[in-house]
This record gives sequence, structure tokens and C-alpha cells, in this order.
Amino acid sequence: MTSDAVIAARDLGLTFQTNDGPVHALKDVNLQIARGDFVSFIGPSGCGKTTFLRVVAGLEEPTAGQITVNGMSPDEARRARAYGYVFQAAGLFPWRTIAGNVKLPLEIMGFTRAEQEKRVKKVLQLVDLEGFERKFPWQLSGGMQQRASIARALAFDADILLMDEPFGALDEIVRDHLNEQLLKLWARTGKTIAFVTHSIPEAVYLSTKIVVMSPRPGRIHDVIESPLPRERPLDIRDTPEFLEVAHRVREGLRAGHAYEG
Amino acid sequence: MKSILPILTVVAAIIVLWYGAAVWLNSKWVYDQAARAGVEVSFSEVVKQTMNQERPKLPAPHQVAAELWKTTVEKKITSKRSLIFHSWITLSATLLGFAIGTGLGILLAVGIVHNRAMDMSVMPWAIASQTIPIIAIAPMIIVVLNSVGIQGLLPKAIISAYLSFFPVVVGMVKGLRSPGMMELDQMKTWNASPAQTFWKLRLPASMPYLFASLKVGIAASLVGAIVGELPTGAIRGLGARLLSGSYYGQTVQIWAALLAAAILAAGLVGIVGLIQRITLRRMGMAQ
Ligand SMILES: Nc1ncnc2c1ncn2[C@@H]1O[C@H](COP(=O)(O)OP(=O)(O)OP(=O)(O)O)[C@@H](O)[C@H]1O
Ligand SMILES: [Mg+2]
Repeated sequence: MTSDAVIAARDLGLTFQTNDGPVHALKDVNLQIARGDFVSFIGPSGCGKTTFLRVVAGLEEPTAGQITVNGMSPDEARRARAYGYVFQAAGLFPWRTIAGNVKLPLEIMGFTRAEQEKRVKKVLQLVDLEGFERKFPWQLSGGMQQRASIARALAFDADILLMDEPFGALDEIVRDHLNEQLLKLWARTGKTIAFVTHSIPEAVYLSTKIVVMSPRPGRIHDVIESPLPRERPLDIRDTPEFLEVAHRVREGLRAGHAYEG
Repeated sequence: MKSILPILTVVAAIIVLWYGAAVWLNSKWVYDQAARAGVEVSFSEVVKQTMNQERPKLPAPHQVAAELWKTTVEKKITSKRSLIFHSWITLSATLLGFAIGTGLGILLAVGIVHNRAMDMSVMPWAIASQTIPIIAIAPMIIVVLNSVGIQGLLPKAIISAYLSFFPVVVGMVKGLRSPGMMELDQMKTWNASPAQTFWKLRLPASMPYLFASLKVGIAASLVGAIVGELPTGAIRGLGARLLSGSYYGQTVQIWAALLAAAILAAGLVGIVGLIQRITLRRMGMAQ
């Protein structure tokens, strides 16, 4: 294992015992994520993307193999508040304003009031939501709510950001915009990001590393290191390099599917 | 303003039905009287005589209204004959009982949600407690408390609390359990303590459920307070008015007390509803 591996999984497996028998959500997963990587997980539904993220977050116990996060066990990393987790749904608390929602993890972690105010202001600026501090979640569009939930995950400045299909429910235009913002944010903060998506262009556009997964049992089919530069304007998506990576991802997904049956 | 019209329509319908029922129920007495006197009475005469009997089976609305007027506006509120005086006696027991019941209900709910043993054991008892008719339990509570020297307000409040804690427990357990897996996982990713999860997630999430229960609970509290006044031979309170009314066949007095209780209940539920609206709006959760 390289010393700067932020997330390192070895022979990782997770089998859920269900009433219909065991479900192999993850099997023989080997993966290294380096500091500052932007890693996308892509694969058909049920291939274990969410499960992997949840294992990294210490929300799920693996049943085989090892995994370390910042050199610790996922649970220790969770207790050390090593990561921010963005769920598929924004999951803002309806009784808190946008600022109140972003402040919530800060209150829980015991930041001083002045520090809370400062950070809320900063991260809301980061996701382009200044001026919406006092609005309640239902007064915002879906995309804005999702941005607020990203701000909330950023507020306590963890080095790792785990994002499970954060833009899955949004339309193409909003998604493009948020992708661009996310890249900027990543460049500015140097965080390590693990990002689940179903969209090939999104994965290729964002990532330095694309993990293609296949289902039943959930395993890693291919890991693609992106040759694209870190600086990425939106129209990079029309370049031959981009299309080539996208092609390789698509091939990987197809081959992964072909294993079935 | 739009909502006032349907309400008025219903009220008008009730009053019409009420008059009809009064004529029907009270006419027997008129016919008996006429038969005894050996005279014939016309229908219009019968109707007239059903409206102003001393002890009607069912007093007509205007009789009850007159009684209400007489016993509220025309009496000093310190008078033993003032319904406001009696209402206040009952109201004070209701409010104390409601406070005790709500507090107890919330505490039990918190215990049930956080403690497995309580989850398994408390709910069946709470349900069992509600299957026993309150009318059977009330005298025992009064007698037992009386024997240890506790009289007056508190025994009535305890009976009132006995009725009102139950809806609060049920609603509050449901409310405290309303946050989904995702919200709970979120708290976990921030390494929140159980206390923080309670104060910052479970409790605020339970508010709409709590208020729904409080509306049921306050009405139950009033019933409890009135029932608590029945077995004591109390001379004060709406329950006492009901009881003495039935002793002496004073149906007008009974109906006036009933109506006063209904108005009180409507007022209390309305106040809880108002607090609900204000609170939830402030929390951004107004429906
Ligand atoms: N708590 C659980 N209990 C039992 N089985 C589970 C549980 N969580 C996930 N699974 C199963 O594990 C497998 C992987 O699920 P997971 O949610 O990780 O898939 P995914 O790749 O995120 O899919 P999607 O793209 O639809 O979100 C699925 O077959 C799922 O049914
Ligand atoms: Mg998923």
C-alpha cells in the first residue's frame, strides 16, 4: 500500500444475509484511492456502489477482507469525522433553515458559535447559495437543496468527500453546472472525492480515476486512470481523448453485463 | 370567512333537528296532562307547550340558551350558581391533569424509544390502562387519595391525566420514530451522540405528531376532570352541575352544563391548534 492511499481496500467483501439467502453485495474488491483523487464509481444498479461507500463511511461492516480510511478502520475514521457524506436525496431537515441545516454538523461537533457562522457563510458561498441562509428547504429547488446538502458535507472541512449519486435526480443543464462547480471546488480544496454515478459523461468529466463495477456478485470490473488534464472546461467533452475514455467505460460496462447469466 | 358559511349551515341544521326532537320527546307529557284534564289539544297547542316546560325530557335550544345566559352573564362569577365559576373549577383540574398527562406521556415515549425493555413492557400496560372504564377507576383514585389526605384539585387532575397521557404516548412514540434510516445515518456520519440525535433530530421531527396528540389529549383531560367530579359528590365544577341536575331532574341545568363543557372543549382544542400553527410555522413545518 502506498503511504498516501487515503482509502485502501484489500479483498474486501460484504455479504448481506437476507430471507432469500445471502446477497453478495461486494466481493474481492481491491482498490487504492490516493490523496486528492477524484474517483467515480459506475456500474449497473445493484452492483454495490452504495454499499462500498457505506463501508468506507463505517455505516456497514464488511464481512471479508480489510479496508482502511486515512490509515484507520472506517469506524475510527467516522469517529474522527474524516469524511463528509452526501446522500442521494438532499435530506435537509425541514424545520431548519438552509443556514441551520449547514450548521447542524458544526453544532454536533462543538464548533464555537462564531466559527459556525463563519463556516456557514463560507461554504454557502462555495456552492453559490449566498442569500438563501434564512430560507427553508421547501422554498428551494431540488438542485439548490442538493447544493445545500453538499455545503453541509463540506462545512466541517473533512479531507474526504463521499457522494452517492448526488445529482441523480437533476436535469442535464443543472447537472452540468453543478459538475463544473464541483470540479472547481475540488481543485480549490484538494479533497479526495469518491463519487457514485450512473452517467458515463459525468464520470469521465469529473474523475481522475473511474471504477467500473459489475453486479452479482458486486465486484470491480475495471479501473481506468483518466489521461485528461485536471483543468477541465465543459467543452473538453467534445475532445477525442474524452470520447476515448468514455468509450472504454462503456465497453467495461457492457463486458460487466455480459458476465451475467 | 368562507369557512364560516358551512359551519353556520351545520349549526342551523342541528338547531332545527333539536327543536324537532324537543317537540317529539316533550309532547307525551303534554298529551298526558291533557288526557288527565280531559281536554283535547290541537297540534299547535302541543308544540307551544313543548317549548317551555319546567322539566322537559329534552329542553328546547332557547331554554338552554336562556339558562346559559342567566348563569353566566347575570350571575357574579363568584356565585355558586355561576357556570363560569363551575367551568373554572373544572378547567383548572383539566389544565393540571393535561400538564401531568402530557409530561408523563412524553417521558414514557422517550423511554420506549430509547430503551428496549421499556419498549417491550410499557406499551401493553398503557393500552390495558385505557381498556378499564374510567368511571370504574375514578372513585378508587378519589378514595385512595382521600385516605392519605389528598383532596380537591389533585385527585381530579390525576384522573384527567390518566386519560390524557395515552394519546400523547402513542403520538410521541410515532413521532420520535419518524426519522428515516437516512436521517439517522446522517447523524451517524457526524458521529452524533444519542443525546444529540434526540435533541436535534428525533424531538423536532416529532412535533407534528405531538400536537396531533395534544388535541386529543386536552379533550380527554376535560372528560377526565368532569368524570372526576362525579363520584365525590362534589358541589363545584361542571361534573357537579351535571350530577345535581340529574338528582333533581333539572334537565335544563344538565344541558346547560353539557353545552358549557362542549364550549370549553372546543376552546381548549382551538387554543392547542393555534399554538400548533404558530409553532410549526416558526419551525418551517406548517402544512
Ligand atoms: N441492507 C441491505 N440488506 C440486504 N441487502 C442489501 C442491503 N443493502 C444493499 N443490499 C443489496 O446489495 C446489493 C448492492 O446494493 P447497492 O445499494 O450497493 O447497489 P448500487 O450499486 O448502489 O445500486 P444503485 O445503482 O441502484 O444505487 C443489491 O443487490 C442490494 O439488494
Ligand atoms: Mg446506490
